[in-house]
Amino acid sequence: MKRQHKLRVALVALAIFHFFILFAGFFAPYGFATQDRTMPFAPPTRLHFVDARGEFHMRPFVYAYAAASGAGDASYEEDRSRPFPVRLFTAGAPYRIAELIPAHTHLFGADEPGRVFLLGTDAFGRDQLSRFLYGGQLSLLAGLIAAALSVGIGIAVGAAAGFYGGWIDDALMRGSDLFFALPWLYLLFAVRAALPLHIPEWRVFLLIVGVIGLIGWARPARLIRGVVLSARERNFVTAARGFGASDAYLLRRHVLPQTYGVVLTQLALLIPQYVLAEVTLSFLGLGVGEPVPSWGSLLASLQQYDVLASYWWMFLPAALLIPLFFAYYAAADALQERLKSVSL
Amino acid sequence: MKFLARRFAHAIVLLAAISFFSFALIQLAPGDFFDAMRVNPRISQKTIDGLRAEYGADKPFPIRYARWLRSLANGELGVSLAYNSPVGPILAVRARNTLLLTGVATLLAWLVAIPIGIWSAAKRGKFADRVAGAATSTLLTIPDLLLFLALLLLAVRTGWFPAGGMISPGLEDAGFWSKAGDIARHLVLPALGLAAVTLPMLVRHIRSAMIEVLEAPFIRAARGHGISRARLLWRYALPAASNPLISLLGFSIGTMLSASLLVEVVLSWPGLGPLLVEAILSRDVYVVVGAVLLSSVFLVAGNLIADLLLFAADPRIRLDSRGVNG
Repeated sequence: MKRQHKLRVALVALAIFHFFILFAGFFAPYGFATQDRTMPFAPPTRLHFVDARGEFHMRPFVYAYAAASGAGDASYEEDRSRPFPVRLFTAGAPYRIAELIPAHTHLFGADEPGRVFLLGTDAFGRDQLSRFLYGGQLSLLAGLIAAALSVGIGIAVGAAAGFYGGWIDDALMRGSDLFFALPWLYLLFAVRAALPLHIPEWRVFLLIVGVIGLIGWARPARLIRGVVLSARERNFVTAARGFGASDAYLLRRHVLPQTYGVVLTQLALLIPQYVLAEVTLSFLGLGVGEPVPSWGSLLASLQQYDVLASYWWMFLPAALLIPLFFAYYAAADALQERLKSVSL
Repeated sequence: MKFLARRFAHAIVLLAAISFFSFALIQLAPGDFFDAMRVNPRISQKTIDGLRAEYGADKPFPIRYARWLRSLANGELGVSLAYNSPVGPILAVRARNTLLLTGVATLLAWLVAIPIGIWSAAKRGKFADRVAGAATSTLLTIPDLLLFLALLLLAVRTGWFPAGGMISPGLEDAGFWSKAGDIARHLVLPALGLAAVTLPMLVRHIRSAMIEVLEAPFIRAARGHGISRARLLWRYALPAASNPLISLLGFSIGTMLSASLLVEVVLSWPGLGPLLVEAILSRDVYVVVGAVLLSSVFLVAGNLIADLLLFAADPRIRLDSRGVNG
């Protein structure tokens, strides 16, 4: 009962997180490339409920920043003379829902010329929260597709190796040895090195996803092979074979359904790893370039010591990844426990 | 012996395959080191062609591979175009630094992981086990990058540790001890970060290996004989659990190498990581191939060492390979 509970909580948390990312355009108050050059490295905007005269307002409001001398937090001071209320469902920069339906309603926004930067701004005065949400579309999608690719190849290879055995098994497993023997991040970099540095964004994206996905198939393939090996010896498989079932039918109907637990667990483990791989590549400037955000390029400015030391809010996008990864690992854990109790 | 010979031959074949694939991959890439020169109007096409001929970049693929293999044999691994010198010596210095870092980090991680793993296996399901489990899962969910950046922030903000590099300027010619002390100070943060990244995986595996052994009948028998708890855990159970742990050691080297790439770049430790990133950005192909090949040599060597240790530690493998157990 408790185990089911854990899995359910993890899945709900994941669903909510992905929902935010999927509808980034709606939840983000600004566009990902909207710049405000007068406000580089502005700290997170504070939401106020009590105004300068000490009166309480139900609707939160923000103050505009006035530039002051100093570095970090100290370089901006709130101009308390004029409050700008924060409103829900405001009209703002146009975007497309799921890349299709045009829209321009945002969940929240402050009255112009007030600005609401809940996670602060970067060097170009771009809203970090908006960039985090849009960046997630790229990073998460990369992780999801790459993981699906890896596990897909893993299923094909593992099923072929386990089901047919003999020289096919030997050849495929020696091949997976090769991929195990390479430190995967180095391999990823080597492949990235093989690609031109400056190519269109969507091609970089596809290549990164393809490369990450193609490298990681060895582990799922081995695990699936193990399951298939034991599955094909089961009595009902032998019986079905006796009735004249074809290999394709046996695989589809009897053998592969038994691997689904391993497949789901591997997916839950691989997605965060692959998201992190994409983040690492973009962090080092080898991923999709500006102005398209990814979680890695959001963190890239932290490579400069002054940014690192003065602007703590630049860490916030990375900190937001912790709950996401926690949910994925918790889901993997719960799936694994479930798997054990089923096989016993 | 047959076991070892087979493993050794396997490793050699694997490395040969890796060398071919990584070389082929890089050579198939469009664009090369000379692209940057072509854009420069002051360098004529003739000069570039001359340079290409000098470095053998105009030859067909098999000839380049054969040449590269020959230079591999005498330890040069081709010529770095950016450094204009053989790749071998450049890599050797960087590899030494990476080995120092990963070696210290591996030691640190295992020294911490073994007691925690054994302890939580012994207290399975109790409060201590749960705390250790929660701590390792939390550590697991913190992105490597965030952890390394936080360490860098610690160094920059507090000044307790040097913020990057391996040796303070001006100390290159100092005496051995002051130099070693300085390197050790620089080593603290990257080694800590690297150890923290691998720790959760180690603790989990050690815990589950120990739990399996602790359920064995011989442990119950030993407990029945009144043998003390500590002796039971460390003297009886741990050696019996050593087989999966030794394999884990070999496997963890690969994880370490991948993680060390990032920690080296973030904390500017002059290892293979920064060299590789630099080489990719400047299309210095032979350095890229060399770094990839070298890292896989480390990984394969790590697995081979694990096999050797297994051979020494596990009588079943020794006897099997002599054919005693048939």
